[in-house]
Amino acid sequence: MTELLLRVRDLRTYFVTEQGRGTARAVDGVSFDLHAGETLGIVGESGCGKTVTSLSLLRLIPEPPGHILPGSFIELEGRNLLTLAPKALRAIRGNEMAMIFQEPMTSLNPVFTVGDQIAEAAIVHQGLSRRAARARAIEMLKLVGLPDPETRVDHYPHQLSGGMRQRVMIAMALVCGPKVLIADEPTTALDVTIQAQILELLNRLQDELGMAVILITHDLGIVAGTVDRVLVMYAGQVVESAPTPELFARPLHPYTEGLLASVPRLDTPHPRRRLHSIPGQVPAATAWPAGCRFHPRCPYAWDRCTVEEPPLLDAGKGEPASHVVRCWLLAEPARRTRQP
Amino acid sequence: MIALAPLVSVQDLVKHFPAGRALWGLGRPRPAVRAVSHVSFDIAPGQTLGLVGESGCGKTTLGRTILRLIEPDAGRVIVDGADVFALKPPELRALRRRMQVVFQDPYGSLNPRMSVRQTLAEPLVIHRLANGTEREQRIFALLDEVGLDRRLAGSYPHELSGGQRQRVGIARALSVEPKFLVLDEAVSALDVSVQAQVLNLLADLQQRRRLTYLFIAHDLAVVRQIADHVTVMYLGKIVELAPAAELYRGPRHPYTTSLLSAVPVPDPNAQRQRLVLAGDVPSPAHPPSGCAFHPRCPHPKKNERCRTEEPALREIAPGQLAACHFAEEPMQ
Repeated sequence: MTELLLRVRDLRTYFVTEQGRGTARAVDGVSFDLHAGETLGIVGESGCGKTVTSLSLLRLIPEPPGHILPGSFIELEGRNLLTLAPKALRAIRGNEMAMIFQEPMTSLNPVFTVGDQIAEAAIVHQGLSRRAARARAIEMLKLVGLPDPETRVDHYPHQLSGGMRQRVMIAMALVCGPKVLIADEPTTALDVTIQAQILELLNRLQDELGMAVILITHDLGIVAGTVDRVLVMYAGQVVESAPTPELFARPLHPYTEGLLASVPRLDTPHPRRRLHSIPGQVPAATAWPAGCRFHPRCPYAWDRCTVEEPPLLDAGKGEPASHVVRCWLLAEPARRTRQP
Repeated sequence: MIALAPLVSVQDLVKHFPAGRALWGLGRPRPAVRAVSHVSFDIAPGQTLGLVGESGCGKTTLGRTILRLIEPDAGRVIVDGADVFALKPPELRALRRRMQVVFQDPYGSLNPRMSVRQTLAEPLVIHRLANGTEREQRIFALLDEVGLDRRLAGSYPHELSGGQRQRVGIARALSVEPKFLVLDEAVSALDVSVQAQVLNLLADLQQRRRLTYLFIAHDLAVVRQIADHVTVMYLGKIVELAPAAELYRGPRHPYTTSLLSAVPVPDPNAQRQRLVLAGDVPSPAHPPSGCAFHPRCPHPKKNERCRTEEPALREIAPGQLAACHFAEEPMQ
């Protein structure tokens, strides 16, 4: 096994909602490891807590209303990010751990040139001179495949297309050579041909630079093609985690199973006559259901699921804990029959 | 099989948006944005035509021009026997009962100050379709039909989830009993499990009410799920139009091939040779010469002719049209 970079244990990020409607338990006990050079995919639908997880890793959660609960643990190469002083934390953010966001237009500053925005991190973190930082910005634009980088470096975000802006965002994130890159839905706002370009670029850069990537997406197709290991999130928790080929060959959590069956596909000889759909919707984070949080939508649920919350159980294939599932079906597999 | 007369017929439709003049209106006129250029197709009653393309290809403008929400520059549209662009306002209003639209963003297209009941009652009032208890009964029937709990009738849009709002949007469109629905990215903003629910609902409604759909989307996998025929647009023009099975089995235009190849497949073992197109979609105000796709085209036989001569949309196989000089030798 390669070197362990990031260790997250029992991460809980809660938000106090306005008008005293209670506490939104957006992330509620998430644990995972990230090794050097690895790509980890976090998948789930809106409201499952994947974005809050990624923002928590960089401690970008606005406090208040949000707070990371005591007992949570985020460790980057032996340093606990949750107890780090602000100054030490700033030295990590954008330097050792960087992030790219979904909306390149809203995450870029419209009044600065893209060159200035890329150079900023190099000046702040690595003490480069303005001239050296500009040269580095041009080099980064070349790296991310922006045509004509010497001219583009002086352009403003509005002069670029969506795909180019996302390349600039990637250049910004990579300028300090981070060990961990967090990409939150990096291609969701892009057209499918541009999405293919950006995914290919991320793959190539990871090979060249050897960084670890956390890819957050709702698209199971993207996960299948790019990541080594998948975490499936539902209602603030990890409900299944497995190496990518194993997860797609043997999805064990009913939510994972349902998600895979809901995707319209191009790789079948005929379209499905009818898509499988998961009834109902993701519940509100202020009122997760008791017992297993998926039970109101689960086709297999029985009385135990309504009262007793399942822990992550080992699916017992491959290395210990390589495929874990938060479902009582692992303890009582005979119940995996479709309800009438 | 008897060919049915089409319910919707679009003939040589053109919509250009003037871009004004340079220098605060004093200079030379800027080139117009050719959003829709000479587009023609038919949709048979009870069928779904999928319309796909990337942002800026003109698919939304096309949908809105067909409904005459935007005035066209040229061409003709016949919906259910009526010449849409020749109608006078009162006749157009009557026709609007027969053609409706569902938009992508259900939050932006519902009035935040109107409850679900008021939203669904409005078209019934405007078209004088039902009053009093009958109106209430129709609202409940609509909610049942789109799978919404009757108790939600008093809710406001902000209290509903994305999927529920989209169901309200569909119920509102159905309230006037249309024959033709334009679904403009109607499931694109939804999560995959909810998207599946809404796609299934649309299929059920089509069967039950014999609806005709123009299904506009950028996701080819979603379109495959619902469309009988598919048309692919690039820079305001149709580049391919074919029965869905044919188009997905053997695309004739290299742009269609590239689009299909770019869709991520949820199978880690799928060893596909991904065809990654270089560059961005050019601006529709400055489309490239010849075949507008030629600067990005990956076809190995691409040559000088593609740069100079615009390929006509022509029939390659029965019912399958493509606008490519090499449509007889499609890419694999």
